[in-house]
Amino acid sequence: MSTATQTIEELANQEYKYGFVTEVETETIPKGLNEDVIRLISSKKEEPEWLLEWRLKAFRVWSTMTEPTWHNVRYTPIDYQEISYYSAPKKQAQLDSMDEVDPEIRATFDKLGISLDEQKRLSGVAVDAVFDSVSVGTTFKHTLAKLGIIFCSFSEAVREHGDLVRQYLGSVVPYSDNFFAALNAAVFSDGSFAYIPKGVKCPMELSTYFRINAANTGQFERTLLIADEGAEVSYLEGCTAPQRDENQLHAAVVELVALDYATIKYSTVQNWYPGDKDGKGGIYNFVTKRGKAFTNAKLTWTQVETGSAITWKYPSCILQGDNSVGEFYSVAVTNNHQQADTGTKMLHLGKNTRSTIVSKGISAGFGQNTYRGLVRIGKNAHGARNFSQCDSLLIGDRCGAHTFPYLEVKNSSAQVEHEASTSKIGEDQIFYCRQRGLSPEDAVNLIVNGFCKEVFRELPMEFAVEAQKLLGISLEGSVG
Amino acid sequence: MLVVRNLHAKVGNRQILNGIDLTVNAGEVHAIMGPNGSGKSTLAGVLAGRDEFVVTAGSVTFKGQDLLALEPEERAREGLFLAFQYPVEIPGVNNAYLLKAALNEVRKHRGEPVLDAIDFLTLARERMKLLGIDDSLMDRPVNAGFSGGEKKRNEIFQMAVLEPSLAILDETDSGLDIDALKTVAAGVNAMRSPDRAMVVVTHYQRLLNYIVPDFVHVLSDGRIVKSGGKELALELEEKGYGWIESAPAAASSEAPPQTVESV
Repeated sequence: MSTATQTIEELANQEYKYGFVTEVETETIPKGLNEDVIRLISSKKEEPEWLLEWRLKAFRVWSTMTEPTWHNVRYTPIDYQEISYYSAPKKQAQLDSMDEVDPEIRATFDKLGISLDEQKRLSGVAVDAVFDSVSVGTTFKHTLAKLGIIFCSFSEAVREHGDLVRQYLGSVVPYSDNFFAALNAAVFSDGSFAYIPKGVKCPMELSTYFRINAANTGQFERTLLIADEGAEVSYLEGCTAPQRDENQLHAAVVELVALDYATIKYSTVQNWYPGDKDGKGGIYNFVTKRGKAFTNAKLTWTQVETGSAITWKYPSCILQGDNSVGEFYSVAVTNNHQQADTGTKMLHLGKNTRSTIVSKGISAGFGQNTYRGLVRIGKNAHGARNFSQCDSLLIGDRCGAHTFPYLEVKNSSAQVEHEASTSKIGEDQIFYCRQRGLSPEDAVNLIVNGFCKEVFRELPMEFAVEAQKLLGISLEGSVG
Repeated sequence: MLVVRNLHAKVGNRQILNGIDLTVNAGEVHAIMGPNGSGKSTLAGVLAGRDEFVVTAGSVTFKGQDLLALEPEERAREGLFLAFQYPVEIPGVNNAYLLKAALNEVRKHRGEPVLDAIDFLTLARERMKLLGIDDSLMDRPVNAGFSGGEKKRNEIFQMAVLEPSLAILDETDSGLDIDALKTVAAGVNAMRSPDRAMVVVTHYQRLLNYIVPDFVHVLSDGRIVKSGGKELALELEEKGYGWIESAPAAASSEAPPQTVESV
């Protein structure tokens, strides 16, 4: 094997740095799923009757559904009775301030580089930290409240802002949407909630940091984000999990509602434990993310997916209002035995709706990377336009890249463009860089980075840095 | 600066270089000529450290160091530059960004402070002006979609920014029309300096009308079979390579080095 190839492999095989476990007292309910478990979860969270009913309806639908098999990922069947559906750090009463967060948990987030201490935070980001299934604290809540912005855990939103939750919950992803979304609706434990009032531009990034800690538990968060008319918000989501030999299920749902003239930018850096180099362990990440854009509203999904044994997610946009805009920028990396089947759905319903899809898949080792995207132009979507670009980069010769673009165009005035490419990092490219003085690692970084830059450019600064660290690469500067 | 002794190298099972001796001093321009398959590009590749070329015997010292013991990037940082015959396309990577990264590696190696984007751009623009190269090259992905002439000009531009002590130009004239050739040659001539040596590998004498060498060596079957001054190139032009190849090889390959070492 040549040195260049070795370098690529070494780089690709960097160890998972977030695999530690936190010793913290938790309350975990017994494994298994039935209506009693759902009642238990709901009662632990002291939920109103309507929400319990909603969960039960979801559970009943889910019980009649079968796990999808259309995706291009392979795994041993999940035994849904072998999972515990609720785990939470034991804590005292209601937290009044961030200082009351369990020191162990606080230390965990510090270790992850997420400080819950508001003084130490960059002033530009408010964080909701979710540890196992429960939100353990939200920073800058009071600062935001002055502008009428609500940013809190989902549970708190149910308690304090029940009407808003009730109005929008399931309005974008109905509880019967798909197998994993129905499961989530039945058992979701917590997550984040944000509401930006009319005309308010959120002055800081809102961020949720998800951490799985307990073993043998599933994590089912639910995030609901509402930008009222003319509001603007940028939202970041990050995730890590300990290194364990068994697979853990993560089935989250994210719903975005962008009312008239609102803008929501949702960015994810997903770094769940990917499993070891032989494919043992790792998170099964089956996630449903969707947003609805009303008149002149804009939704942007940006994701950097580097973790998880299996990634199954299609952040989508329902472009319901006229002139609404949907964007999807994605970098997905699969290495060793990781599998990803990811992409988006752009559903054009309104007139002059526009969407952009830029997907960059990087495969190394035995990784399998699939782009799956649907662009549907409805019959009333006069003047709708879509541009899709799907590029794949292969590192080594044992990995795979697959592209499944689906187009359904029912309006003849629509314009749809699709471009795709597949390339390989060549030894000659690496040699060229080395001859100019770059180390092989830097050469690979440079090339991978160049490949991803259209997506990184879309990330908020703080996340761009994290994405850079994640790929083990340095961000391309804006020279020239 | 560069001393090559009895260099043998192969690619796969094929022996290509069969005992090269060559000494290049600072300030000199050497032309290596020879027919296709004589080993010209292999010599350039071995000096740059391409790993498909395996050195089977001989030695190379560069500024007093064992060149063959160095990784390709270490050779580059020491000041060895190869202008590629076929510059590689790297889509997505900004040309200026690669060059800035490369220059800063070289500068770090020399113990000089790294340049920030503004200082780098100032330097790069100045070199482009010197070479008469269009600014737009900087903002484009490395060689991607470049014409043959643009690729070669880009190589010379990189050389002008990196300021190597030894530049090896591998068939820089191939695929160039006469105007592009003149631009490239003018760039190379602008870079000639008492501190810098150049090895110009070419099949045709044409390039040597514009880059006038101090020494000309003729390579045949992996050996230098004849060495001389710039007039040798003209002689080759007139008589063709057949004239050299039929001459007894042993005589010249064992001739003493054509210049005195002054490393």
